[in-house]
This record gives sequence, structure tokens and C-alpha cells, in this order.
Amino acid sequence: MRLLALVLRRLAWFVPTLLGLLAITFVISRVIPADPVVLVAGEIATPAQVDALRHKLGFDRPLPVQFVSYLGLLLRGDMGTSLYTTRPIVEDLATRLPATIELTLVAMAFSIVVGIPLGVVSALWRNSLLDHVLRVVTVSGLAIASFWLGIMLQLLFAMRLGWSPLNGRLQGFPPRGVTGLYLVDAAMTADSSAFIAALSHLALPAATLAFPALATLVRFTRAGVLEVMQSSFVLYERAMGLPSSVIVWKYILRSALTSTVTQIGLLFGILLAGAVVTETVFDWPGIGTYAVNSIIRSDYNAVMGFTVWAGTIFLMVNLLVDVTHVAIDPRERAE
Amino acid sequence: MSATLFVLSRIARDRSALIGLILIAALVVCALLAPVLATHPEDVFELHPAKRLRPPGADHLLGTDRMGSDIYSRLLFGARITLLIGLIAVGASLVIGVPVGLIAGYYHNWASDLLMRVSDIFLAVPQVVLAIAIAQTLGPSLPNVILALSVTYWPWFARLVYAETRSLQKEVFIESTSALGASPFRLIVLHVLPNVASPIIVRTSIGMGFTILTAAALGFLGLGAPPPTPEWGRTIAESREFLPGAWWYAAAPGIAIFLTVMGFNLLGDGLRDVLDPRIRRARVAVASSSGDADG
Repeated sequence: MRLLALVLRRLAWFVPTLLGLLAITFVISRVIPADPVVLVAGEIATPAQVDALRHKLGFDRPLPVQFVSYLGLLLRGDMGTSLYTTRPIVEDLATRLPATIELTLVAMAFSIVVGIPLGVVSALWRNSLLDHVLRVVTVSGLAIASFWLGIMLQLLFAMRLGWSPLNGRLQGFPPRGVTGLYLVDAAMTADSSAFIAALSHLALPAATLAFPALATLVRFTRAGVLEVMQSSFVLYERAMGLPSSVIVWKYILRSALTSTVTQIGLLFGILLAGAVVTETVFDWPGIGTYAVNSIIRSDYNAVMGFTVWAGTIFLMVNLLVDVTHVAIDPRERAE
Repeated sequence: MSATLFVLSRIARDRSALIGLILIAALVVCALLAPVLATHPEDVFELHPAKRLRPPGADHLLGTDRMGSDIYSRLLFGARITLLIGLIAVGASLVIGVPVGLIAGYYHNWASDLLMRVSDIFLAVPQVVLAIAIAQTLGPSLPNVILALSVTYWPWFARLVYAETRSLQKEVFIESTSALGASPFRLIVLHVLPNVASPIIVRTSIGMGFTILTAAALGFLGLGAPPPTPEWGRTIAESREFLPGAWWYAAAPGIAIFLTVMGFNLLGDGLRDVLDPRIRRARVAVASSSGDADG
């Protein structure tokens, strides 16, 4: 019941927060620029043409009216048309979504599978050589500029050693399939050469994207485990004579992971932001490159579409994190 | 003064915090003494096409770039821009975020809810995305980058100060001061603010690192100060077409960014250990992850 109440309470905040987000993007794209219509029409348009376009785009109406009509369209799933590609933005985003999802998921899976065990080991063997090495790695992961890391990886592995492709998602035709995730599609159609090709293209951008996330996870898992190790319930379990492997892998990990789960939610934000820069470095045909290109081309509709999309996903992930938090930590439920 | 000395002496004992402090001191020295330390100070604006893309050597410590300018000298002047962006953007975020957090935390009414909701909205979009959108809309320039970073960073301070203020209100001394008839202004400024100063200082150091990193990303995407400004992120972007040959061109500014951000992060962690014994006790692990062996 508590879980349901929490979900409902968070959902009640979801809509106003999203509205606020829309208001901010609306202000950025429609109010700050001196005259967005002139930007759209181009430098050679005559004043009459600009006025006609202004009327056509509805930019001559009062701002609140424009905002409400924008919201109305959005509710019907219409994000408007890209001023650059002249295709509906929803379509543009949908075409590019699988590439970003694939990259983000692989990076996230990598950082979770590697980061959590490393964090646990680091805490259990505190102040060992491994712990010190990991500390250097985590501190570096949070200080390195991901675009620079990406370029250095390209320099070493693609240009010098020739072990992996320089950029892009795949040469030639993508594997046949329905998901648009090349790894999944290739695996489903048992196309091993496409799978290997997709994987080799994915390796460098995924590693670049995963590094800061990995560093964060190691750090927080280590902190969480150490904190729990000193709590009184662990002392009690030790006194009860439970074997230490059970204490560590069952009870400590379970409590310690609550903070890690929260961190994974925040991680998603890091990854999403990181994807914008990483995709640009690797010419990865995802949402991030689309956003950067749209911003640089002053394609306001597309920018707003991206921001709405990113904000919505981020808010939903946070909601999920809160719920998971309550679901896996018995202490939270007991309240 | 003695409090400052105490903090400094504690930091000096923590190895990684000391490294952080040294890195930042080095950055400040580079920024202030750039014209003196630079071997080719005129290269910030001058071009020497005949000397372009020279590898590191005796005359050019870190090699030359596509215009034949000395990379080492340009990096030194870039330190000024980096430090300037960080200081102004984080300073502005402090000026906005701290009062918002204090007021929202102290009062329990719809206005404080609203303030926190607004900061939540800003936190709902990845900072770099919002900053790119703002910087691009306003036009690529240094002041606009600083503005974009300030607008997107203040909510972090607001959140932090809000949480700290709320937990402080349960303390007896706040309740007693309020019972003695102190005005809310006096209470907030003289009693709450000094007690939330430590986490603010820690966050300021970490925020400097974070902001410098985001600023570099904006510069890399072409949204920073226009050329020939020796901005580090932009230099990395320029260097890409000369890879893999001119590896030093891309490597040097990246290492400069790395050392700078690392300095602020390490110092932030160290300050957290020194300034906040409460956090140290509650979160032994976080404290010890910054390199000390006590805890």
C-alpha cells in the first residue's frame, strides 16, 4: 500500500514538473531569440515573406496562446516538424532512438557488471593495493573530459592499432530485424558477422560513455558497503554466528545496493548527457548527435522535442528509482 | 584566521587533498603569471604558418598547433579562461542557489515548495543539454557560456542548502534562538548560514571541477569563445583533423583539463573530511574513499 501511495504522490508531481520543463524550453527557443522566424526564413527572405511565415508558424499570436497550442499538439504526440530535415520530429527521434538506447544500455550494463563487484571488493579489502588502484581509477573517471577520452581512444585503438573502426555504427546494411538494436537484431537472425561488426563499432563509444558511470558506481558501492558493514544489524548477525559469506553477499549487499540503485538512476542522467557529447565524437547516429546538430542549425522545434524527450525519460527513471528503492530495502517498507 | 590555518593544516595531512590543493595552486599560478611563464606569449594571437604542427621539442615544449602557435603558451593563457568561467559561473550559482535554498528551507509554505519545484525542473534535464541550448540560443561567446552554466548549476546549491537548512531546524539552538525573538533574517544569516557553510564550501570545490568540465564540452562543440581564444575544449576540437599525426595537439589540453578538474575534486573530497565531522562519522566510506586511512 505504501508503495502505491508513493507512486501516486510522485505521479502527482510528474505533470507539473514536466509542464515547468516545457515552459523553460519554450522560453529558451521562442522568447530569448530576437526573432526566431527570421532565423527560420533565412537571410535572403523579404520582410513580406517573413511575415507570411510568421503567420503560418503561428508566431504572431501572443506567447501564452502559442504555449497552450504547443502543449495541445504535444498531447497528441505531435512535436512539430524539424525545420532542417522537414520531417516530423517524432519520426526523426524514433529513427535515431535505437542507436542511443543500444549505446546507453551497453555502457550501463558494462558499468554495472564491472562497477558493483569492484566496489564491493574494494570495500571488503579496504586499503589494499587493489583498493588504492581503484581509487585512482575512480578519481580519474570523474575528472576526465569524456570527449577527450573518446578522441584518445580513437587515436590509440582505431588510428594507431587499427583494432576497431574509427566512428559510425556500422558499415553497409544493418542486420535485418525489428528492434533496431543491431546487437539484438544480429543475434536474432544469427548473423555473426554483423554482430561482430556492430560490437566492434560499439566498443569505443560504449567504453567512453561507461567510464565516468563506472567510476561513480565503484565509489558509491564501496561507500555503501562500508557504511552497512559498521551498522548494528551486521554486528547482530555476526553475533548470531552467521557465516560471513552469507552476511556479505546476502544482507550487506542488499542494504548497500539501495544507495547504488539511487545512483543508477542518477547515472542514467550522466549517461544521457554523456551520450550527447560521446555520440558527437564518434558520429554515432543517435539522439545526441541529432540534438547537437539541431542546436547548431537553430532547429528550435527539434531542440524542444529532444529536451522534452530527455526530460520525460529522466523524470520517469527517477520515479522508477524511488519505487525500486522502497521495494528492495525492507527498512523503507517498514516505516 | 586560526580556523583557516586549522583547515589548511588538516588538508596538508591528507595526501590526496594536498595533491588537489597543489594542482589548483599550479593552475592559479599559470593563470596569473601566463605572460611570464609563456615561452611565446605573443602566440595567443600571432600565426607562424611556417612552423605549424611541430612536435614537442626544445623550442616548443608541447609542440605547435595548426597555426604554428606554441601550444604550451596557449595552454597557459587558456588557464585564465578556464578559471574565469569556473569562478564566475560557480559564484553566480552560489549567489542564486544559497538564498533560494535558505529561504525555501526555512519557511514552510507554498512559496518554498514552488522554489524547490523550480530547481527540480532544472535538475530534470542533463546540465550539458540545457547549457548547450541556452548558449546556442544566445550565440556563442564567453559571457553566454558563463550565463548558461550559472543558470543550470544554481539548483545544485539550492537543493543542498535546502536539505541542510531543513535538518538544522530540528536542532535545539535554532529553536531557542527563535524563542528568544530573533528575526527570521537574523536567524537565517547569523545562525543557519554559518552552520551550512561547510557543505557549501565542499560543493563549491566540486562544482568548480564540474563546471570546468561542462565548459570544456561546450567549447569542444564550438559554443565557447570564438577563435583565436586559447580555450582548452575548443583546442581539442581543432586538433581532431590533424590526428593521428599531431597527437600532442590533442593530448596536451585534455591533460590540462584532467589535472584541473582532478584538483578541484580531490580538494572537495578533502574539505569534506576536514570540515564536516558529521559526514565523516555517518559516511566513513565516502570520507575514506578520498584517501585517508582513519575513519
